[in-house]
Order: sequence, then structure tokens, then C-alpha cells
Amino acid sequence: MSASPDRAALTTFPGTPVPQRLHHMLGIEPLTVEQITFLLDQSKPFQEIQRHPLKKLATLRGKTVALAFFEPSTRTRISFGTAAARLGSDTMNLQAEVSSLRKGESLLDTARTLDAMKPDCIVMRHSASGAAEFVARRLEIPVINAGDGTHEHPTQALLDALTIRDRRGSLEGLNVAILGDILHSRVARSNLHLLGKFGCRFTLGGPAMWVPRELESLAPPGCSIRRVARIEQALEGADVIIVLRVQQERQHESALALAEYILLYQLTPERLRLARPEALVLHPGPMIRGLEIDPAVADGPQSCVLEQVTNGLAVRMALLFELIGSAQTESSAVAPAQAKDAADAAR
Amino acid sequence: MLLVKNGRVLDPSRGTDAMLDVLLEGDRIAQVAPAISAPSAEVFDATGMVVAPGFIDLHCHLREPGDEPSETLESGTRAAARGGFTAVCAMPNTKPVNDNASVTRAILERAQAAASVRVWPIGAASRGSKGEELAEIAAMKQAGIVAVSDDGRPIATARLLRQVMDYCRSLDLPVIDHCEDASLAAGAVMREGNQSVRLGLRGMPAATESIAVARDVQVAELTGGRLHIAHLSTRASLELVRAAKQRGLPVTCEVTPHHFTLTDEDLAYDTRFKMNPPLASRSDRDALLAGLTDGTVDAIATDHAPHEPALKDVEFDRAPFGVTGFETALALGLEQLVHTGGMTLMRLVELFTAGPARALGITRRVATGEPADLTLFSSEHAWTFRAVESASRSRNTPFDGRSFRGAPMATIVAGRIVWRR
Repeated sequence: MSASPDRAALTTFPGTPVPQRLHHMLGIEPLTVEQITFLLDQSKPFQEIQRHPLKKLATLRGKTVALAFFEPSTRTRISFGTAAARLGSDTMNLQAEVSSLRKGESLLDTARTLDAMKPDCIVMRHSASGAAEFVARRLEIPVINAGDGTHEHPTQALLDALTIRDRRGSLEGLNVAILGDILHSRVARSNLHLLGKFGCRFTLGGPAMWVPRELESLAPPGCSIRRVARIEQALEGADVIIVLRVQQERQHESALALAEYILLYQLTPERLRLARPEALVLHPGPMIRGLEIDPAVADGPQSCVLEQVTNGLAVRMALLFELIGSAQTESSAVAPAQAKDAADAAR
Repeated sequence: MLLVKNGRVLDPSRGTDAMLDVLLEGDRIAQVAPAISAPSAEVFDATGMVVAPGFIDLHCHLREPGDEPSETLESGTRAAARGGFTAVCAMPNTKPVNDNASVTRAILERAQAAASVRVWPIGAASRGSKGEELAEIAAMKQAGIVAVSDDGRPIATARLLRQVMDYCRSLDLPVIDHCEDASLAAGAVMREGNQSVRLGLRGMPAATESIAVARDVQVAELTGGRLHIAHLSTRASLELVRAAKQRGLPVTCEVTPHHFTLTDEDLAYDTRFKMNPPLASRSDRDALLAGLTDGTVDAIATDHAPHEPALKDVEFDRAPFGVTGFETALALGLEQLVHTGGMTLMRLVELFTAGPARALGITRRVATGEPADLTLFSSEHAWTFRAVESASRSRNTPFDGRSFRGAPMATIVAGRIVWRR
């Protein structure tokens, strides 16, 4: 757990203990509360950057971030690409539609080929759970999991946590309702792991086949996970509501009629009133208005959806900086200070 | 002539447990007695070893013809010999499928030329194992198959199973079924449970297997045919088999070493732990250990399923099912059942000999006039299994690097020592 003094000096918040260095970001589950808190704290100056007219830093100048999206993605890919660009890094892009995957190349060969182009890290999304770990075990460079199958989506949970912490001041002991297809949601898993480590109490509401009992076993010590049949029960007393996307593209699963979903599980203004008055509404996107969420809620004062998007940039900048920036080069050593300066200038 | 001296003969068929010498002449056992003197015979000193009837593996995949990069009859049977097996039953899911006598004969001819141990082919139950029409079972029986199965997949419908079982009853062949409800198994890559939910991998519930076992037992009752359940892995399946046996039905079953050793909690995206049926829960595994001990389970079978390394070095979802198993089977049995489970050596030997023989409708004994197939092993020999040193062409084992107490020491087939440690 000992960190270098250099690294401690880099933190914008001198009081924050510097936890064990991360090499990869494969999932939230193995992280400690200290590591998570550190990353959220590190995100603060990068949040400020987003409000500055000149958003580009030179922190990662000369570095290259490979974006390997084996599964279609718009927002996460753009978010990581923008985060890298605003740190001054170059990016290389691999997209499933145009890649040699279509020609039958294995993931291992594709990853090794990308690696041979000498990027400094790989940001990876893939439809198979464990795919990021698979690549991380076989390459030297850091791998960031931008979503692996139905396993984890760690940066989504980090940006959600940053959003919640900003609005509520703390993550400790909140009542969190997660609504929808939880079984197949990597966002839900990462959120359960992250907020669970801070002692949040979860209530999971959704169609019973997508909220199986086994989910309760994900609860870390000091956290409780309760499943309810009706989302009204999940909403009562909630401080935070995470609405999941309805994934209609699921294989091997008979779809639920959308009208049924809307009838029982849509987050409407009436249902939202069951939650605490100041309850936050989060959605990982892409959001389908009128399906899982009523437009009035999506656009209402409790909705954090656009903040989440902006915070995604900050969290991803902080993570890239942590994984490939903060160590050796002098250009990187100035980063947080630079970010702080830029933020101050913006005020 | 070969004289196996100073060993402890364990023969579950007659309950023999004694220090006896065994004299082999040609491909037969000539004499079993204390202190045999045969000056002209080659002597194998089996001091400290158990001398057992030749082990039979009811379930393996030798991949030839069609997938020789993963295994051949030569490499697979060499691995089998190193595991103490003297006869292995080869599943028909080769390319082409062993669904007619010409494929059966080709396999046996190739085995005659290249195999270290006896290869007993299993014929497909349906043409192409497609689950539609019956394969040419009678012709295959004449060519040398010992059972039928569509392994890799279940016999598709109750109606087809009924036909196969009726027909095989008339041919005196057991029907081996891979029990799985296809709709529950669709897309699944492991057992459903806490671990599958944690890893975000699609799981199949335990009922996937027992639903099919229930169907099969009822069809066995309907037809009176001999049913053998392959790689049984759950408590519920075991209870169905137990009940069927109590009703006197001719139902047998096998359990693999990986299922009685590992659970789904041991699995974390490592494709060497991916097989079908998948690793089960701890409760299921405990039930298997009990069933192996109390006699409900008839045989330990390896389901040796080699896949060349490149096929397994992929995302968990994409990897083929299957693990290798010949060389670690006995050692795992000793580890899990005898050393820690309190099973007698006699019972363990039965699970590798008389048990599988019973499922095939044959006998396996250390007695004058019997085939000179013997497995010699030590219950104490310390060793470490290294996949790179395996005789198999494949390396897909979850037991690489595991240290064991107890090992095969020599394998004798038809009077010849085909392998010795």
C-alpha cells in the first residue's frame, strides 16, 4: 500500500490517502474504498476543466490511447476519445464494423496487433464478459474495461458515484433503487459493487426473471440488497434511482412485451413521488423516453442524465491520468496543478 | 510371459484383497496365486503397488477422424495408458460422425495400428447425431461398437429415445445419454448460480440436466432398455438415478473427476474450467461424493475432451466445452475420495473397473482365462501433473501443476506393458 512521495504530491487534495496504484481498470469489484475515493477526488479538477473555454491539456502529450470497441458504442467511445484528446493524447480507433474481426480474427490476435502499434493503454469494450481481463492477462500495457458483456462497466459506476457524491455530499449509507433488467446489466453490477462498498442499501425492482435471487450474493459486508416485485416498493424512501436501459437485443431470452414493461416498470412522475423529494434519477444511456422513463422525469429537476455525461469525461480523464500519466514524464507531473490552474482561471 | 510379482491384488468383482502374483501368458491371465515361480517369464516387481483389473473409461473423445490437431487415436490412447486406462470408450462425435459401420471399422483399424490401449467405439444413436433418424446401429454393433450415444448433445426427443432404446434392447447395447434440456442450456457457458451472476456469464440451471434425466428414466421404464447417464453432475439427477435403481430399472451413471473435485466457485473466466455439463454448486458436488461412495454412481469416467490450445485461448463465451482428463483421473479419485473422503481402495477400483464393465454388460476380473489387462497403481506415490508433459496433444486441463498423492505406475494391455512410470 505504500505509494511514492511523488505520487502523493500530485493529489489535488493533500488529505486524500494515496492508495495502491492501479495498473488496469477491469472492474469495480476488486477495488478498495480508498482507491475509489482517490479516483473520485482526482476527477474533481478534471470536472472543472470541462467548464473552461480552452479544455485541452498537454498532460498526456506523446501518449497514445487505443480505443478498441468490439461492440457498437457511441457515447462511451466518444467520451473516452474526448477524455484522451483533452489530456493531449493521441488515439487510435478500432471499431468492430470495420475491423478484421469481421474477417474472423481472434480477440487475442487483434489485441496483439493493436499492442504492436505501441499504444500506452487500451480502452476496450466487448460483448463477452471477462474479455477485458482476457486481454489484460496477455498484454503488458494497462487495459481499461469500457464494458464487458454483462459483467462490469467500471467507469460508468465511477461517473455515477461522482454525480451522486456531488449532489449528496457523500456516498455513505444511501438508499439506492435500481430498476429494470438487472441480471443483464453491467452498469448495475458495477454500481452494486461500488455503492455497496460505501454501505448503500439497495432495492432492486424489475421483471422477476431479470432480478434473480443470486444478485443478493453480490452484496459486500455492510451492504444489503433487497429484491421487490413492484417498483413502487423499490422507490419508497429512495435517495438515488438508477434506471436501466431495456435491452431488446438480448439473445436467448424471450422479450417482454414493451407495453407490459411500460405498464409495470416505467419511471413516471407519479411513481417518482414515492421516493424522497430530493431523490436523484440516474440513467446510463442511451435512454428511450416513453419506455423505461417518462419524458417528464427524464427532463425533470431530479434527473442527472446530462451531468452524468459530463462527469464521464472527468472520471475518464482522471483514470487515464492515473494509469498512464502520473508516473514518469515531466509533462505528466504538472497535470493536476495545471488542471487546477485552468480551473481557477475559469472561475 | 509376464509375471507381476509382490503386488496387492484388488478385485472388486470377487472382493479379493490379497498379496498375489499374476502370471500373464499371451493376452490372457494364466494364473493368480501367491509366490508364483515362472523362470522363463519377464518379471514386473509390483512391490508397494495395487494390482487391479484394467481400468475402463466409459467416456472420452479421441477426435480422430477429423480433429487431429486436438488429439489422435495414437496420442489420446498414450495419455489414457499414462492414466492407467486399458480400454477407452470413444464417443462418436468425430468428423465424420461415427454413425455407420465404415467409420467404426476405420476407427478400429487405425486403433489397431496406433493405439496403446483398447479403443471401444461408441456409435451414434441417430444419423449424424442430428436427432432425426436412427443410425445404422446393428451394422455398427457387428463392426464393434459397445454402446450408442449422441454425446455432445442429448438424444433429441423422447420419441427418438424410445425408438433407440427399444432397438438397442434387441441388440443388447446400452444407450448413453448426455442429459440436457436444450432450451435451458441455450447460450449458457457455466452453471447458473451466484458465480454466474457475479461474472456476468450466462448460466444453465441445475434443472437443465435433471429434467432430461427424468425423461430418460421414464423412457427406460417404458422400453425396458439399458440406460446409462453420462457425466452426471447434480444432486437432483443423482436422486432420480437412485430412485430408478431402487425400482429395479437398468439405469447406470458415471461421474467425472472434475465434477467431484471442483465447483462453479473455482471458475473465473479461465476456459480450462469450461466444460459441459458445467461445474456445479458445492451442494451438488457434495451429493456426487456421497453417490460415488454409497454405490449410486457406477463409474468414474473422464469425459476427456481435448481441444488444441488455440481453440481454448479465446473469450470464455467463445471457447469450446471440454477438459482433458485421462492422466489425472485416478489421482483425483484417490485425493478426493480415498485420502480425504474415507472411501475404500476397493470401492475406488470398482468405480474404474467392475462399475463401468457393468454399464457395458461385461465383466472385469483378475482371474485365470480373463484378458491380460491390468492397472498397477500406487496410493502414495507423490508427483505433480504438468500439462506440457502430457501425452495428449491438448493442454486444456484445470489441474495443471497440481500435486498428487497416488498415481498409476504401469498399464498392461493384452499381456504387454504399454506404459510404466
